[in-house]
Amino acid sequence: MTESTYRIHGATGDWEVVIGLEVHAQVTSKAKLFSGAATAFGAEPNTQVSLVDAAMPGMLPVPNRECIRQAVRTGLAIDAAINKWSRFDRKNYFYADLPQGYQISQLYHPLVGEGRIEIALDDKNPDAGTKAIGVERIHVEQDAGKLMHDQHPTRSYVDLNRSGVALMEIVSKPDMRSPAEAGAYVRKLRTILRYVGSCDGNMEEGSMRADVNVSVRKPGEAFGTRTETKNVNSVRFVMQTIEYEAQRQVDVLESGGTIVQETRLFDPDKGVTRSMRSKEDAHDYRYFPDPDLLPLELDDAFLDECRASLPELPDAKRARYEGELGLSPYNAAVLTAEAETARWFEALLDAAGPTVTAKAAANWVISDLFGALNRIGKDIEASPVTPAQGGELLRLIADGTISNTLGKQVFEIMLETGEGAEAIVEARGLRQTSDTGAIEAEIAKVLAANADKVADYRGGKDKLFGFFVGQTMKAMAGKANPGVVNDLLKKALDQ
Amino acid sequence: MGPDADASRACMSVDTATVKRIAGLARIAITDDEAARIAPELDNIMGWIEQLGEVDTAAVAPMTAVIPNTLRLRDDVVTDGGVREAVLANAPQAEHGFFAVPKVIE
Amino acid sequence: MTELTDLTVAGLRDGFRAGDFTAREAAEAFNAAVAGAKTLNAFIVETPDHALAAADAADAAREAGEAPKPLAGVPIGMKDLFATKGVQTTAASHILEGFTPTYESTVSQKLWDAGAGMLGKLNLDQFAMGSSNETSAFGNVISPWRRKDGGNAALTPGGSSGGSASAIAARLCPAATGTDTGGSIRQPAAFVGISGIKPTYGRCSRWGTVAFASSLDQAGPMARDVRDCAIMLEAMSGFDAKDATSLDLPVPAWEAGLSPDMKGKRIGIPKEYRVDGMPAEIEALWSRGIEWMRDAGAEIVEVSLPHTKYALPAYYIVAPAEASSNLARYDGVRFGQRELPEGANLQDMYAATRAAGFGDEVKRRILIGTYVLSAGFYDAYYTQAQKVRALIAQDFEKAWEVCDLLLTPTAPSAAFALGEKQADPLAMYLNDVFTVPASLAGLPAMSVPGGLDGDGLPLGLQVIGRPLDEQGVLNAGLAIEQRAGFTARADKWW
Ligand SMILES: [Mg+2]
Ligand SMILES: [Zn+2]
Repeated sequence: MTESTYRIHGATGDWEVVIGLEVHAQVTSKAKLFSGAATAFGAEPNTQVSLVDAAMPGMLPVPNRECIRQAVRTGLAIDAAINKWSRFDRKNYFYADLPQGYQISQLYHPLVGEGRIEIALDDKNPDAGTKAIGVERIHVEQDAGKLMHDQHPTRSYVDLNRSGVALMEIVSKPDMRSPAEAGAYVRKLRTILRYVGSCDGNMEEGSMRADVNVSVRKPGEAFGTRTETKNVNSVRFVMQTIEYEAQRQVDVLESGGTIVQETRLFDPDKGVTRSMRSKEDAHDYRYFPDPDLLPLELDDAFLDECRASLPELPDAKRARYEGELGLSPYNAAVLTAEAETARWFEALLDAAGPTVTAKAAANWVISDLFGALNRIGKDIEASPVTPAQGGELLRLIADGTISNTLGKQVFEIMLETGEGAEAIVEARGLRQTSDTGAIEAEIAKVLAANADKVADYRGGKDKLFGFFVGQTMKAMAGKANPGVVNDLLKKALDQ
Repeated sequence: MGPDADASRACMSVDTATVKRIAGLARIAITDDEAARIAPELDNIMGWIEQLGEVDTAAVAPMTAVIPNTLRLRDDVVTDGGVREAVLANAPQAEHGFFAVPKVIE
Repeated sequence: MTELTDLTVAGLRDGFRAGDFTAREAAEAFNAAVAGAKTLNAFIVETPDHALAAADAADAAREAGEAPKPLAGVPIGMKDLFATKGVQTTAASHILEGFTPTYESTVSQKLWDAGAGMLGKLNLDQFAMGSSNETSAFGNVISPWRRKDGGNAALTPGGSSGGSASAIAARLCPAATGTDTGGSIRQPAAFVGISGIKPTYGRCSRWGTVAFASSLDQAGPMARDVRDCAIMLEAMSGFDAKDATSLDLPVPAWEAGLSPDMKGKRIGIPKEYRVDGMPAEIEALWSRGIEWMRDAGAEIVEVSLPHTKYALPAYYIVAPAEASSNLARYDGVRFGQRELPEGANLQDMYAATRAAGFGDEVKRRILIGTYVLSAGFYDAYYTQAQKVRALIAQDFEKAWEVCDLLLTPTAPSAAFALGEKQADPLAMYLNDVFTVPASLAGLPAMSVPGGLDGDGLPLGLQVIGRPLDEQGVLNAGLAIEQRAGFTARADKWW
């Protein structure tokens, strides 16, 4: 493991930051964890609420198999131990967004035990190495409802649509040492969740949010007292929270103060954290096993199915892209960073067929396709050019029907018109020629017209070769096979 | 530390301050007089309960299921919801499809 | 001809089927009895129209030649702990006053599906917490029984299902639902000279029943005799996917399986139930019960349940702990009463609502439960109690190696006067000393009347069975019932 060099430079010397993250990820499921109400985002208030979610007298929870399954799959994806015996506990506190007066969660016996997530220390530079961040546990729990404070001068309004939606709480070990590591961890976790399909990772809609535990210490000393900043909902905010909170703690400590173990809130407008006094007395949660639910016991068949249903995961895929496909570490990392990208790329390889090398396809995706998508502001899922169309284009380049340069033009036309590459090449007569006779004729003209340069070249000015290529291609209206042009030119000039 | 040691640690008298603290946790408003009246009652009951500490349970697992039975899981199907009227029917205060509570300052 | 209100469930069912009377006649007779017994305060809400509607449906079906439903022609009482759609459901607490569920509990729905009608919602101890029905926010229930030559002191019908007990004993309904968390069916049944069975934990769905202590709560029937209990229990039981602790098993034909023949059965007599200071009359009753069992062909064996004395203190950790959490939802936000003092914030509103809405005993148990779960105490109290609970269950397991059923008294005394034990919560808790162990272990257990004490008050015997052996319990109850020949009833004074 590489030691982080991130330090806060204080008056008394350098400080190290210790970071642990509790990420709440909404489990992808149609119905809630303990009721049959829907989980879709953005519904009218209190329309996705069952009597169970509203905690009416006599209502009882019955767990959703899919939520358990997705949490187990997530655990398997991070090499975690799955606890075949787990159970649900109640976390008791009073709040208007918590109808039961308790959250059903797992404290004593979580579903998923210790695992690990490998992060890249620098996304831009694959040679910077990786670091394993320990995951302490993943447990399954209910989300709370939502309070609206700005709709009435003296009242808050309660919407229970989210009440009872399944969450995975993924608790890291305090293994991160810089905002960048924390950012990389959240991004990597999000990638894994999206590969697995257990969470859509949509941070804007609240599908993923992090409780950020931060403490500071002089390097080599014992852990300091930590604060927990709740519900931070973007990677950038997670990093800002850590920067601010670490600096704040150093300031407090260096001015002779002590850090209070407390819950804090991040204010994205000001970029600061502040103490959450409203939950100050809520620390005695009186956890105990939920007596409405029996222990959750999983059998081997269930676990086997979970394991068998896992897709190839990002780390494995990246290794395969490098090893089997021969891609550069950078390209392999880029193409595997998002499940959708990898899926698109693999569909492209399938469509392109054996004549197209993975390398060529990767380069085309990363430079041409990404460039175009960036320009038109679309995700890869919404690409106007399909993998099948892209494959057709790459095949035409690979078999010499069109040149690379022409390929770029054809791709632009494809983006505009939605037409297929072959149709475009045929209709516009862009097919490149390898007709040596035609090319030789043009070369002869070019050499005749530039006799001085021919002399210079033969006198040792090698660099002029490019000039002749350009002139020949121009004379051929760009449709000459560059390889053939090269060969014939060389022959003609070296005579 | 065995269970007896644990039990002896629990063997504290329930005083008025304790009653007020747990009433606060339980969100039950309580006057000083009430707390003073309830404290000896609870102390008496807890004192009687302390006898459980006599039982050697070092080798016993706590009961988890009353009757041998395993947790059933339901299918991921939307079978409920869309009953806002029923959800809000008994609310002391409901407005614009929401439950209303005194304004919360977070 | 006997009064219709003197008929048992079986009598009403069979008489209706035979065409001796219409279901409406029966419903009207019971409605009138209910209306005339307000002094007993057994009902919180009377629902004569519900009873009549079910009766008319039964009459119409009979008219049309349809096969009768199992409880066609039988009106019953519903403990006000079961949510009833469109009918106020309060758990006898002020905090739920005016609460009208938009849903029907599984148990009550099963009874209506079986053709029964509802005479009303029966009074109980508030949130089923109590053993004398003195904690109801709607006033004490009074037992129809009075002490012979003992003045006219109003007696407790027991609790928490005191309204159910009083109403059945006074012939206001032939049967009623009860719930039993630590003895709330069996103890009141014993106090008023009727029968009641708490089935195995998980037989009756808890869905739609106001929760007290989830790991203990079980619904069950109360009725005049063992057969009626069997009939009612068949209608109330059955798997419910909405309750994660529901047992996925078919409902046995308990009524058809009734047999008083105890040949080949070994009846265990737990020596630890012979507690200090047990009244001689209870001892004598127990001895008579043992003789009846022997007479019915059973073999009597002494057994030991060594952790019996710890059952009650364990119960008074587990039940309040679960209750303190289960009752957190009564917060004045989504249903029930709200108390909002001038200028109160959200947390003030909770505290005010709960202070005004809960009665003293409910508060006491919430405080105990909160205390035993609070930081630093959880292991010493709650975990220790659940371990002791496991030992109590093991005691029973060991007993089942040498016997098939257990016979004990139901309660350590006959009914006491209202107000007599109210000042001392602990003395009240001790009432459940014989009923709580079976609750902790989730076992089926029943009380049947065994005779009268010197004051002319009923005493009950309890039969406890193996998990799922309701049949064995009912059969032993029947054997006792046939030998006890209990026919005493309270003289009407109300
Ligand atoms: Mg947290
Ligand atoms: Zn959480």
